[in-house]
Amino acid sequence: MNTAETPFDFVTASYLTRIGNQSAGTLAELLTGLEHCSDASIFHHTFQTLGTHHFLTEGFSNDFAQWVLASTNRNDLAEQLTALDIRDYMSIAALRSDLCRVVRDFCDAEPQFAAQSGLERFYFCESVEVTVPLGRSTRNLDEFREGLEHLSHASFYFHFISSRLRLQLQTNDFSLWLSGSLGLRTLADSVNQIDIYTNTLDSARTKMLRLIDRERRKA
Amino acid sequence: MSEVLTASRIPLENYAEVVGAGEIEELRALAKPLRGRSIEMINSTAVGGGVAEILNRLVPLAEELDLGIRWDVMKGAEEFFDVTKSFHNALHGEPYHAKPKDFEIFLSYNEQNRATLPLDAEFVVIHDPQPAALIDARKPSSNHWVWRCHIDLSHPNRAVWDFLEKFVTRYDGAMFSSPEFSRQLSIPQYLFYPAIDPLSEKNCPLDSEFIEQVLRRYQIDPQRPILTQISRFDRLKDPVGVIRAYRIVKRYFDCQLVLAGGSASDDPEGALVLKDVLRAAEQDPDIKILELPAWAPLEVNALQRASTIVVQKSLREGFGLTVSEALWKKKPVVASAVGGIPSQIIHKHTGLLAHSVEGTAYQIRFLLSHPQIAAKLGENGHEHVKENFLITQKLKRYLALFLMLDRGL
Repeated sequence: MNTAETPFDFVTASYLTRIGNQSAGTLAELLTGLEHCSDASIFHHTFQTLGTHHFLTEGFSNDFAQWVLASTNRNDLAEQLTALDIRDYMSIAALRSDLCRVVRDFCDAEPQFAAQSGLERFYFCESVEVTVPLGRSTRNLDEFREGLEHLSHASFYFHFISSRLRLQLQTNDFSLWLSGSLGLRTLADSVNQIDIYTNTLDSARTKMLRLIDRERRKA
Repeated sequence: MSEVLTASRIPLENYAEVVGAGEIEELRALAKPLRGRSIEMINSTAVGGGVAEILNRLVPLAEELDLGIRWDVMKGAEEFFDVTKSFHNALHGEPYHAKPKDFEIFLSYNEQNRATLPLDAEFVVIHDPQPAALIDARKPSSNHWVWRCHIDLSHPNRAVWDFLEKFVTRYDGAMFSSPEFSRQLSIPQYLFYPAIDPLSEKNCPLDSEFIEQVLRRYQIDPQRPILTQISRFDRLKDPVGVIRAYRIVKRYFDCQLVLAGGSASDDPEGALVLKDVLRAAEQDPDIKILELPAWAPLEVNALQRASTIVVQKSLREGFGLTVSEALWKKKPVVASAVGGIPSQIIHKHTGLLAHSVEGTAYQIRFLLSHPQIAAKLGENGHEHVKENFLITQKLKRYLALFLMLDRGL
């Protein structure tokens, strides 16, 4: 069994939601908010919400899409916002740009809906991340599996989803280490392909454990 | 003595069965850098009310994590609590003409409490407006002070808020139960959801025998759909509106309605509302109006668990934790989109939101016609509560807050 020179250190993260001073009552105001809110706010309503609502595996993608659907009843716009996949982005700037484009195009095409008030307001918030090491270090696949199996949701989210942005890579902490430190590139790719939109954090972890078990059997 | 010694202790380990061992390990890891650090929670009552209920659960759990936490209750005479009750209602938007004397009374009792409370902890958490002026005791650039506001400040009485704001903006941060309840402030504001305790009598699993016994006691038929609203008899909870929604549903489904709340005998306004409710019910044998004893957590738990659909048709609401209680029991919920309810009901994912009597009736009929969708909403709702509205999550949020303040993030 391969032993890594660089260990994988499990970390846990807790998130505080900071309420911003910006809100939107119409699609036009949502667009203004998207253009001017902080990067941390875009992160909160797209990446972070995927972690806190991971159990919703049908039709929930981000807070913007959900608000457009539930408060303004614009299914067509909601569908387009839902279709934006955070895995396609290497920066918040690029994600923000696409969010704005989709909403702007809709407002331009359907100006009569742009100023229509939604049922509830949308409040722009931000995430504040606080991390603490779990004190668990692993150097081989067996130890890694053991650690993975007992992770909390927040810790799993931190390494598997939030890390994509932190690393500015189209991968995650787990795949990066499996590939870079254990040389298990195929396993790393398979882990990276687990769909974070149609899986809960628990089912994503179960799939990952299954992939690791298959790799261990090969060895 | 102002310190409250909490009576009920449920070991942290017991929560592992509910939230998983990983979550408990995580709480321990987050608490490790805070071991022995001093925390002081201050509110205005040791019993009754949601804040005291939460602190009764939270403080022992924090102690188990080796945090140096204490809970103090400020002292005041009747005149102080009369003023703060008026302030409370005024901050909720009710008409109120504040007199200079009211502000003097408020300041005078805060000053008296500053002289007796320790207020020297590294992290001081002040709950609600009553003790807000204790901030005057803070020494320059010493400990961290945060203000936890449990009430809706979206439409406050101007004079009362202008008075309070001068104190609030001197804190390091303010925490609100919903973004909608917050104000535009110069200090950071954080979202702190209220929480339910999954192991409390109101939420713990129950034997089916006990549930059946409760249904028998109140002559509720377990074989027919049961719609339930648990809330005190208050116009803002719109019990008459619930009856009107039920009557629409009743045209299509042979269902029953349970309206259960605390006794209205010592509440003149509640007694009037109850009278209206009884009139609206027109002695329909399928409408059960239950005046429960002041504290009947097991009965409430049983009624929620026996329900086919739980309704919360409030016209205005605080956070509305009865919604979380129902979701925790995997019940499909139809609720008004007011106060903190939209944080709990993600429309079409964890329940259904409604904006009128007719809308409420429509959503109930939809769920009665689609039990599989109703079950899915209940499952999702349970997970949503597990992720966001349990006491363990609240504890985690506090740990994150203290770490954040400590690290100057």
